Amino acid sequence: MENRTRVFVPMDTTARSLGADGVAEALRREAESRGTAIEIVRNGSRGLYWLEPLVEVEVGAERLAYGPVAESDVGSLLDADLPGGGDHPLALGPTESLPWLAGQSRLTFARVGVTDPLSIDDYRAHDGFRGLEKAASMTPEEIVAEVTESGLRGRGGAAFPTGIKWNTVLKTDAAQKYIACNADEGDSGTFADRMIMESDPYVLLEGMTIAGFATGATMGYVYIRAEYPLAIRIMREAIERAEAAGLLGGNLLDSGRDFNVEVREAAGAYICGEETSMLESLEGKRGMIRFRPPLPAVKGLFGAPTVVNNVISLATVPIILDKGAEYYRDYGSGRSRGTLTVQLAGNIRQGGLVEIGFGRPLSELLYDFGGGSATGRPIRAVQAGGPLAAYVHPSQFDTPLDYEEFAAIGAMIGHGGLVVFDDTVDMGEQARFAMEFCAIESCGKCTPCRVGAVRGVEVIEKILNGENEAANLELLRDLCDTMVSGSLCALGGMAPFPVISVLDHFPEDLRARA
Amino acid sequence: MTEPDRQTRQTIRRLAEAGAAQAGALLPILHAIQDELGYVPDAAVPIVAEVLNLSRAEVHGVVSFYHLFRTDPPGKQTLYVCRAEACQSMGSRELERHARDKLGIGYHETTADGRFSLEPIYCLGNCACSPAVMIDEDVYGRVTPERLDELLD
Repeated sequence: MENRTRVFVPMDTTARSLGADGVAEALRREAESRGTAIEIVRNGSRGLYWLEPLVEVEVGAERLAYGPVAESDVGSLLDADLPGGGDHPLALGPTESLPWLAGQSRLTFARVGVTDPLSIDDYRAHDGFRGLEKAASMTPEEIVAEVTESGLRGRGGAAFPTGIKWNTVLKTDAAQKYIACNADEGDSGTFADRMIMESDPYVLLEGMTIAGFATGATMGYVYIRAEYPLAIRIMREAIERAEAAGLLGGNLLDSGRDFNVEVREAAGAYICGEETSMLESLEGKRGMIRFRPPLPAVKGLFGAPTVVNNVISLATVPIILDKGAEYYRDYGSGRSRGTLTVQLAGNIRQGGLVEIGFGRPLSELLYDFGGGSATGRPIRAVQAGGPLAAYVHPSQFDTPLDYEEFAAIGAMIGHGGLVVFDDTVDMGEQARFAMEFCAIESCGKCTPCRVGAVRGVEVIEKILNGENEAANLELLRDLCDTMVSGSLCALGGMAPFPVISVLDHFPEDLRARA
Repeated sequence: MTEPDRQTRQTIRRLAEAGAAQAGALLPILHAIQDELGYVPDAAVPIVAEVLNLSRAEVHGVVSFYHLFRTDPPGKQTLYVCRAEACQSMGSRELERHARDKLGIGYHETTADGRFSLEPIYCLGNCACSPAVMIDEDVYGRVTPERLDELLD
């Protein structure tokens, strides 16, 4: 086995959806028949999804990239001396020098795509568990202070300061507390949580354990959507391996503290991404949202104080502990500190994961990183922040990616997903779909959402069919206002935002059809 | 719908009892039943309710709340077509129509030969390579109608 050149073939969902398993198998078969000594490592994805399957070969201290590789390219790649880093039409040069990657600040995603996701040795060799080791020597108050000072805000979408939430849980006395990781990544155009879970699962476990140390919680749940079967399998395997290595469980790392994690599989209800609904679901109930107060931090899972954090928030904690609050806070702009994990999705030429400091203009993401639309047509709209968020008009593309700057134009950053549409999009239909989606996914607890969404679909259809257009447009505004003001949670309270953005910025599409 | 046989009832009871001790046991038990039987039969409701000391209404309420629990047997394979916005931007509405025409069924239905069930899904997290479909647990990206035909044939 000695001196076999390592060849990396990603195994994450997107790479596999484009044939990475077939490429890995063809490489193994072809190399064997040629007597070429290679070791195939199934790494996570670097998130340059337009180049997947992206094969890398380790030559000296460098990794060279080739892509996108099809199964049928394997023969010619080996002919061209792939193990020696030979030249080939698919050769892209050193991976780390690709402008798309070199222009990023990968903090949370430092290891993603670099390592073998389930190898604890690999994780350690790439600075893994350093944050946890540091946390183990700190008091809970010190850990909370470090996270607070970093400026980290909830990356699930609500952007609430993580340290403040943790402090509430720390200060609430209880015999049992919980860490509940929200991995019900339901927004279309988002996949950052999935990438962390599939490509660097230990960083999430490490972040959850630090959260446990900081608040006194000894049990954590990862609530993963059922639509992510691979992420579920990998997280479960990672937990088993971490337990076996003494990195989870009793007195872990000889810290004198305990922490356990369990994966819970969701069952396809978008509303369960709302934190109180998720807690109900974890308790084995219908995912009906809860009234607040009490806050989950005071009375959450099974009535106990609970930290509810998104995957990215928790996965960012280890590097903050490792490198310090200042290091993290130095990235970003205004009150949006650190890095944002942008997910370029939909009709985009170069889609994937871009982690950068807050404050860069949306247009840079769309055109410099994204390379414009996939179809080559003009970009007409971008839905930023998920299905409950506004469609951003090209006149707003200069807006910096910053929570407050986006809020100021009636849009939101949310979980960082950008769904791009070209000029063939029918914005009237997009508005109708926003209401339809809300009607399908409403938990039914409050009337504005449960009934309002159904009425919203009807009134938009009437407008498009030319029935009392002017009166129905007014009615639609009114209905949106009622839903925004009267709904109990963000589903009914925000589902009107995409509709309002269409009324405001794309009115020509929301009128009677000829 | 035919009533499940004795063996199926025993399976349901075994899975319910095996999972009963954990906190928030109902969802994991329903998943275990669906993983083993392919669906959650109506007959599972009273059995699970009894084991967990819940009312039938509570169990039925949970089964019916979540989109991915099904109460009738699926086809040999299940095709999930993503209906969410990223896929819409890359032609998923046409792909949905094609899937329905090709299989001759609508959502939540199974072909007469029992080969395929068709289900809508809202996001597989494959949004940079839209449109996406999933067949059982395998996700496919950049799926054109022609590619879907290949996958289904």
